[in-house]
Amino acid sequence: MNKILMAAIALVVGAGAGFVVGKGEKEVVEVEKVAEKSASSTMDAVKAKGHVQCGVSQGLPGFSNADDAGNWTGIDVDVCRGIAAAVFGDSSKVKYTPLSSKQRFTALASGEIDVLSRNTTWTMTRDTQLGLNFAGVNYYDGQGFLVPKSLGVKSALEMDGANVCSQTGTTTELNVTDFFRENGMKFNLVAFEEADAVVAAYDAGRCDVYTTDRSGLAAQRTKLTNPDEHMVLPEIISKEPLGPVVRQGDDQWFNIVRWTLRAMINAEEMGITSGNAKSKANDNNPAIKRLLGTEGKFGEELGLSNDWAMNIISQVGNYGESYEAHVGPNTPLKLARGVNELWSKGGILYAAPIR
Amino acid sequence: MTQKFQQDVFVRTVEADTLPPPAKETGVMGWLWRNLFSSMMNYSSFGLSFKSLLMALFTALFFYIGFTQIVFLIDFIFVSAVWSDPTGIKREACWTVTQGGALPDGWHAACWPFIFAKLKFVIYGPYPIDELWRVNLTGIFGLVGLLWVLLSFLPYRKQVGIAMLTVYPVIAFMLLTGGAGKIDLLSSSSMILISLSLITIGRLSKRGFLGIILQEFANIIGFLGWALISYEVLMLLLSIDFGLEPVGTGDWGGLLITLVVAITGIVVSLPVGILLALGRRSDMPVARLLCTVFIEFWRGVPLISVLFMASVMIPLFLPEGVNFDKLVRALIGVMLFSAAYMAEVVRGGLQAMDKGQYEAAEAMGLTYWQSMRLIILPQALTHVIPGIVNTFIGLFKDTTLVSIIGLFDLLGAGKSAIADASWSSPVQAITIYLFVALIFFAFCFGMSRYSIYMENKLSKSRSH
Amino acid sequence: MSFDSNNLSTLIRDSRVRNIGYQIIIILALILSVWWLIDNTTTNLGNRGKSLGFGFLTQTAGFEISHTLGTWLFDYKVGISTYTDIYFIGVTNTLLIAILGIFFASLIGFSIGIMRLSSNIVLRYFATAYVEVIRNIPLLLQLFFWYFAVLGLLPKARSKLDIFGGLGGLNITGLYTPAPVFEAGFGYVASSFFVAVAASIAIIQFSKYRRDQTGKGLNLGLFVPSLLICLPGIVFFLVGSPLDWSLPVFKDTGPIFKRGFQPDQGMVLVPEMLAVLLSLTLYTAGFIAEIVRAGILAVSKGQTEAAHSLGLGSGITLRLVVIPQAMRIIIPPLTSQYLNLTKNSSLAVAIAYPELVSIFAGTALNQVGKEIEMIFMVMTTYLGFSLITSLFMNWFNSRVKIVER
Repeated sequence: MNKILMAAIALVVGAGAGFVVGKGEKEVVEVEKVAEKSASSTMDAVKAKGHVQCGVSQGLPGFSNADDAGNWTGIDVDVCRGIAAAVFGDSSKVKYTPLSSKQRFTALASGEIDVLSRNTTWTMTRDTQLGLNFAGVNYYDGQGFLVPKSLGVKSALEMDGANVCSQTGTTTELNVTDFFRENGMKFNLVAFEEADAVVAAYDAGRCDVYTTDRSGLAAQRTKLTNPDEHMVLPEIISKEPLGPVVRQGDDQWFNIVRWTLRAMINAEEMGITSGNAKSKANDNNPAIKRLLGTEGKFGEELGLSNDWAMNIISQVGNYGESYEAHVGPNTPLKLARGVNELWSKGGILYAAPIR
Repeated sequence: MTQKFQQDVFVRTVEADTLPPPAKETGVMGWLWRNLFSSMMNYSSFGLSFKSLLMALFTALFFYIGFTQIVFLIDFIFVSAVWSDPTGIKREACWTVTQGGALPDGWHAACWPFIFAKLKFVIYGPYPIDELWRVNLTGIFGLVGLLWVLLSFLPYRKQVGIAMLTVYPVIAFMLLTGGAGKIDLLSSSSMILISLSLITIGRLSKRGFLGIILQEFANIIGFLGWALISYEVLMLLLSIDFGLEPVGTGDWGGLLITLVVAITGIVVSLPVGILLALGRRSDMPVARLLCTVFIEFWRGVPLISVLFMASVMIPLFLPEGVNFDKLVRALIGVMLFSAAYMAEVVRGGLQAMDKGQYEAAEAMGLTYWQSMRLIILPQALTHVIPGIVNTFIGLFKDTTLVSIIGLFDLLGAGKSAIADASWSSPVQAITIYLFVALIFFAFCFGMSRYSIYMENKLSKSRSH
Repeated sequence: MSFDSNNLSTLIRDSRVRNIGYQIIIILALILSVWWLIDNTTTNLGNRGKSLGFGFLTQTAGFEISHTLGTWLFDYKVGISTYTDIYFIGVTNTLLIAILGIFFASLIGFSIGIMRLSSNIVLRYFATAYVEVIRNIPLLLQLFFWYFAVLGLLPKARSKLDIFGGLGGLNITGLYTPAPVFEAGFGYVASSFFVAVAASIAIIQFSKYRRDQTGKGLNLGLFVPSLLICLPGIVFFLVGSPLDWSLPVFKDTGPIFKRGFQPDQGMVLVPEMLAVLLSLTLYTAGFIAEIVRAGILAVSKGQTEAAHSLGLGSGITLRLVVIPQAMRIIIPPLTSQYLNLTKNSSLAVAIAYPELVSIFAGTALNQVGKEIEMIFMVMTTYLGFSLITSLFMNWFNSRVKIVER
């Protein structure tokens, strides 16, 4: 009896340990093998895992949002999918980690995620003090204000004394503080952990003003009880270049992320879409051929296959397609291209050439 | 006259019928008197009148509050609620006239079609729809096993219980993840060899073939061997691919995650808590200090910061490249946290034990572990069943905090369902919160009722 | 040979020797694992180009914080206040919620706990339903519920609900009350109050000493309360009433955002704080009620019967006989509940109340990126709170313990 009990206890302990560490242990085995080859290369770690771990928002329509089935969509998500297409030739090899704005940098710095593509503003502090590298800009945004129309406010300069709602852990808090100080106005800031709580509090009338990036305002406005009773004020109080972020000190991975984004922008400029990418591969234009990998060995220089950009464009699409599908005028967000138009069409999107 | 009276002295020969008790004491009136009016009908002095009036006031007030709340809830959940959305107009089904819908202005009740539409997401999260049968099967197995163990009239309860603790986790793990883990065959087979030899050494040394020192520690060696071999065999088992589609924990969500975190936490926190409690009362100063510091640390810090550390800072403390699954990390955080609480509950039980029990066990010549297993713990644990179940309930509710670190548990899935603008209406959030609250209530209330039932049963068995 | 092995076997069978051996193993394992963790952390930090250090505490912070007791106490100003100030603002706001919450939760919890044992069926069932509902629903859900329920019920920002006959007011931006403004000379009043307190304690102690010695204490009557009121009162008028009240001001003309209550007039309790306080109080009260009920039930029935047979009424019996005895059983679990309340206040981050976890381990952490240092500070602070609460409750426990002579 004693022995049986002993064995049963041993089995329980073993089973418990196995259940708990099971998942982790397997990864340890895999990753250790990689670590022998070369120390701390994100690219190698990603290849060993078989997927890109991408940090996204906890739900911002148009940028990164999960539907009922758990499928993530949005222009930030398309960057992640593009990276997966470039690395694996398969845009579905991404796993998403939803992060609050408070957790995102810690998650990236700790190696929890490989790339952060979560409407993150490029600032000098983040580039230097936080040890991050911004791989480019996938949406030029600016911070704005959403107010109820019933207040009859026409300009942000009339807002002296307002109660302002925002999300905590973002540049919005700093910008709005600066804006009010600069204009000699007073305000009270109510900063929430999650965007949903901000919307609910604003909707309930806790604040007169909701401030965040204008794209975010457009997205969150759709969640209000009566979206048409609210308006975005004309003022843009900050520059908010949003883009994907990687850790400092891994130039290869940094290049892959940066050129994934550029490939998407260049593709739009050259008129390559997900539909015609295959047929354009043998186009007469050498720039197109270089991009799609039929000429030169640009992919191999990145440590990828030469059809890396071909995979991105045929599976994810070019920048314009991504924009139209997720945030453009035909989506609930109804955001016009504006400054996010190509430089050749009056915007400021300008990607370095591939040559 | 007096004569006559003397003659007619009446002596009762039959017993009179018993009078009925005063009307105040029986039937509906009596019940009402005892349970309601006795506390508010004493006007014999100024102080008592004041007290009675106050009591009457409070009674009326609480009755009013309770009654209106119940009426409101019934109205909100059933009567006024929107139950179907036959035309598929989504959010407009729950809009009032001013918002552009068809419901009268001032309408405020649950919007159930929204829950029906989100039900899969709230229960399973993003788990692939084609694979849901696996979750359901796991759930059914778990439910049947649990009922079997809990219902006292069924046979083989002990065996089923052991199977639930050993075989079931393995099955659940394989079903839920798909079990397609990779494993290094060479290292695991060498580990198995090592553990086999450990067991052999344990056996040999127990019989005294390997000297006195090893004989003393034979049990420990054997135990290590058994633990190691079960672990390795388990890993081998888990690595077998049964042709199931692998589903990463990133795709788990909703009630599934809540239950996985809660059940694993409950199963692991009890033994760990017992060990910690024993450690805190140990004779060894180092062990005592360590356990005390450990318990007080976990009891002293908020779970939010523990989870924040577990979710984003753990990679900083581990060697480069080593990483744990996010769910596992949250699990470890929750488990250590509740183990510390459990330890304090168990310690309370140990302290309440009569010192004579310890001394008697020692006098019988039982070793420390024997006396704990056979004498002390069975008594101490039954004493603190309410405390243990309260800790379980606390743990179950604390699983909501994993939504703060980005796991889509029941509450997290609910919150992300609110983010869907195609269902946005003023009652969207409250409906889903209500639904989530009802689910939590059902589980926690069930646990607390079962604990009361157990307590009564045990106290009955103790009293005779 | 046989002698040797015999000697050895007695040695390893000696539980003292064994215990020392086990402890050495534990210490070695501990040192190794701590060293391993520290080594990993330093390597990882090095690889990521980060360093440890508390230099950030002197940097100035560039973000606004919702107006609360902490910001008022530390006079928070963007661009001037440092991250140290932010830390203390967070600590203040956490402590405020903890202290108020403990007070109100005890009050409600004791009432509900006694109600659960009432003979009045309405009170009994109400209390039971309250306890069952509150205890079985996660706090985070209750927090959301109360916050949005409170927001939905309050008047909007440009209207108000008068309270205290117009001295204060309530709307969705908060509860406005008069605020004391201390002028020069108030220090004298404050110090005279402390003198009065010290004198009262001395007198009470002396009276107790007299009673122990002679069996007859001083007939203090209303002396102590009048001392506490009169001495500061006299000083107050002597130095020329150095206290002014800033009344809340409500405007309904002018620019739209200037209407409503004026932010720098009077004192404001923001609705976030009210909601956190409300939900923490009600939640913890549910648990305290159960503890109180169990404590009262544990007092032997003979005690109540003896008190009744002495002619004591049920109220007096409860107050003088049952509760003092029940307190011994109630206090240890009550301490845990107080600690839980303090720790649970960190959930306030979900609804924008600026407490320690929210502004220091949240907003500030995101600005300076010193995870290890800041989480360490937050955890140490909470451990400190829990230590202080435990010590206080242990002291209190030793006072209510039955003294056996």
